[in-house]
Amino acid sequence: MASLEVRRSPPRSRRQLEVRSPRRDKYSVLLPTYNERENLPLIVWLLVKSFSESGINYEIIIIDDGSPDGTRDVAEQLEKIYGSDRILLKPREKKLGLGTAYIHGMKHATGNYVIIMDADLSHHPKFIPEFIRKQKEGNFDIVSGTRYKGNGGVYGWDLKRKIISRGANFLTQILLRPGASDLTGSFRLYRKEVLEKLMEKCVSKGYVFQMEMIVRARQLNYTIGEVPISFVDRVYGESKLGGNEIVSFLKGLFTLFATT
Amino acid sequence: MTKLAQWLWGLAILGSTWAALTTGALGLELPLSCQEVLWPLPAYLLVSAGCYALATVGYRVATFHDCEDAARELQSQIQEARADLAHRGLRF
Repeated sequence: MASLEVRRSPPRSRRQLEVRSPRRDKYSVLLPTYNERENLPLIVWLLVKSFSESGINYEIIIIDDGSPDGTRDVAEQLEKIYGSDRILLKPREKKLGLGTAYIHGMKHATGNYVIIMDADLSHHPKFIPEFIRKQKEGNFDIVSGTRYKGNGGVYGWDLKRKIISRGANFLTQILLRPGASDLTGSFRLYRKEVLEKLMEKCVSKGYVFQMEMIVRARQLNYTIGEVPISFVDRVYGESKLGGNEIVSFLKGLFTLFATT
Repeated sequence: MTKLAQWLWGLAILGSTWAALTTGALGLELPLSCQEVLWPLPAYLLVSAGCYALATVGYRVATFHDCEDAARELQSQIQEARADLAHRGLRF
């Protein structure tokens, strides 16, 4: 059963449609999930709401890595509710990592733009129409959400976390001069062919993977626009930023410093 | 050229210039006041850089925007979403 979508403007006449560009833009959202049974329905609901209210053509590709908590079951229910033209399920057997999840998802994406974001509600879909607007405005290859500029910001971080975040970002700016203010952010809009090209070239994991994408994009002379976003961290209390993560971030940063 | 290479080049050029000037290797006779400033310059620059870094990070931490509204909005939207999805037949 198709979803009930609210279109802002009334249906246009045939003649008017033919005068506009023949191919509408379509936006594919890649949602890799692992144990997101609670959050998945909510993020999908928010995505559908944002896209429908703005009349944007979209699809949501859920890549679940064999979550033991029943995420896949919830995903199947969502597919029934919103239709399999809007919700695509492309699961995998076990946890194989973010990079490969994107590659796997992109193979099935039918949009000409791809949006990557977290499925844990830290990224709010209401920013997606702003990303799209920004992309059109500057004809950017990539639009990146930033927590560090404009009225971007964070909720749920204590002083220590903020210091680590700003300190790490400062170091990254000094060493890599990347031309983007938020390098470890993972809420971005890419032209599909740009993301495909970057995925071929990137080799790192975790935070560093997101950084490497931007650095490689600059090397390939892709243009990057930024939109301030709010990042609502509801998991920080449970998964603190430990020494291990900091060490691996520094290792990754210095690797990028020395190799790009 | 990698970023590391750029830094090493930059440091090499500045370092050798400084060394050449302070040891008089180029046979230049600089006035004493210049030499007095030049000699501790690297240490001075290092300390200045450290202070700049601390001040910048401190400022950015202090002005780090706290999104209270966003968190509240999200909470109410979560309620709305759960109600709507239950209505559409989702079994949580």
